[in-house]
Amino acid sequence: MTVLTHPLSAAGADLDAAQVGNARWLACRECAATYPLDASFACFECFGPLEVSYLPVSVTRQSITSGPASMWRYQDLLPVEPGADTRPGLQPGLTPLVRADNLARVLGARAVWVKDDSGNPTHSFKDRVVAVAIENARRLGYRTIACASTGNLANAVAAAAARAGLASVVFVPSNLEAGKIVTTAVYGGTLVAVDGTYDDVNRLCTEVAAARGWGFVNVNLRPYYAEGSKTVGFEIAEQLGWRLPDAVVSPVASGSLLTKVDKAFREFIALGLVDSHPTRIFGAQATGCSPVAQAYRAGHDVVAPVRPDTIAKSLAIGNPADGPYALDVVRRTGGAIADVSDAEIVDGIRLLAQTEGIFAETAGGVVVATYRKLLQQGIIDPDAEVVLLNTGDGLKTLDAVQAHCQPTITVPGSFEAFEAAYQGVSA
Amino acid sequence: MSVQVRIPTILRPYSGGAAEVDVQGDTLREVLASLESSCPGISARVLDDAGQLRRFVNLYVDDDDVRFLEGLDTPVRVGAKVSIIPAVAGG
Repeated sequence: MTVLTHPLSAAGADLDAAQVGNARWLACRECAATYPLDASFACFECFGPLEVSYLPVSVTRQSITSGPASMWRYQDLLPVEPGADTRPGLQPGLTPLVRADNLARVLGARAVWVKDDSGNPTHSFKDRVVAVAIENARRLGYRTIACASTGNLANAVAAAAARAGLASVVFVPSNLEAGKIVTTAVYGGTLVAVDGTYDDVNRLCTEVAAARGWGFVNVNLRPYYAEGSKTVGFEIAEQLGWRLPDAVVSPVASGSLLTKVDKAFREFIALGLVDSHPTRIFGAQATGCSPVAQAYRAGHDVVAPVRPDTIAKSLAIGNPADGPYALDVVRRTGGAIADVSDAEIVDGIRLLAQTEGIFAETAGGVVVATYRKLLQQGIIDPDAEVVLLNTGDGLKTLDAVQAHCQPTITVPGSFEAFEAAYQGVSA
Repeated sequence: MSVQVRIPTILRPYSGGAAEVDVQGDTLREVLASLESSCPGISARVLDDAGQLRRFVNLYVDDDDVRFLEGLDTPVRVGAKVSIIPAVAGG
């Protein structure tokens, strides 16, 4: 194997022999060029994304279940040095897998679960990816971590930096929901609001990452960061009783989560932890930002960028980095990618809340509404065992549903007035 | 005046380490051809074998992604800034 020295590698020679846990190389997904485990994200041969590759590893169900009660129970399958659970961090993961019988009944489906990642420390799945990124930031000597974010990642980076004793610089679009501004700024650190879309923020961060010595979790640390999403898939398999579902519906922003859930299932099969099972992977987008769904329908294997316009701001990435790979996964597994309107997203949020007591953010509404649409279109079999991913907490996107969620009645504080008004409600 | 091309870190081995290179050209295609004559080998990193923009490269003329414009045929005015930026970040 030829290992190239990456021009971005500050200490390439020292890192050549490095092994991080069971991780051994970064490999280009496009041309298979390999690099040491440094702060690199794009192949200098072809600009393709770099992905962590591992040495052969032996993991058993017992070794996992006897591990920490967090995502670190899977640390042998992640690019982290041993003992990640003992270092300062938010310890995310092991969020509930909720059997959603009420939702299933309403939708006419047999078996539905919601993987509720709002149960993470900052209430979104981003705590998982940040945890892996911070482990590598620490290893590579960064004192400041940074990110481009649509909000959930901003929360996760600011909070995890505080816990880890690192500085943070977080870049967000200036039109973000007020809740996500507050829930980032409260942790301290520097919050940079950028006048522009997420894609503008992302471009800026790519340039800043090249100029400053910061560990950008989703730029120069992205190969490590992305691996953290595998733990969503690992947990689903473990929590189902060491087996795989028939289908998963994942929100699609960059497309990374969807591809990593699929990767997690394939790794568990390869390790003999679950029986081989054909899980169909479905992607869900908001119509106002649906570049991957459009490419799917058009039969394209590249994704033309769009300018986002949707209430699902956490999914508002018009130029998704992993779009081509998300397309590959859904086509290989027999899934699909569909999109839903903002009104359908609001209906999806309310349906999940009213049937299961789970208040999802807009991305969760996108998933529920897309699942309903795919059922109605006959694309998902109602008998299929389906896991819906809820990646964030509705408390962060109150604006989306505020107009629909007001007091049923407002009454003076007297018994007679209540009785009179309530008769109208219960009639 | 000419057109200024901002070179990403991973392509600076081709530009002798320069972060910006001044070139000529009325369209993006011509700009890239001029850049290739200043920095031999660089265009093969940006364009694929068919001469199309690689799918993990973003090109901007001033602040606009050329995929929203006319791709490699996008006109480039004198004094414009062209940026080459890896596309695999974010999410």
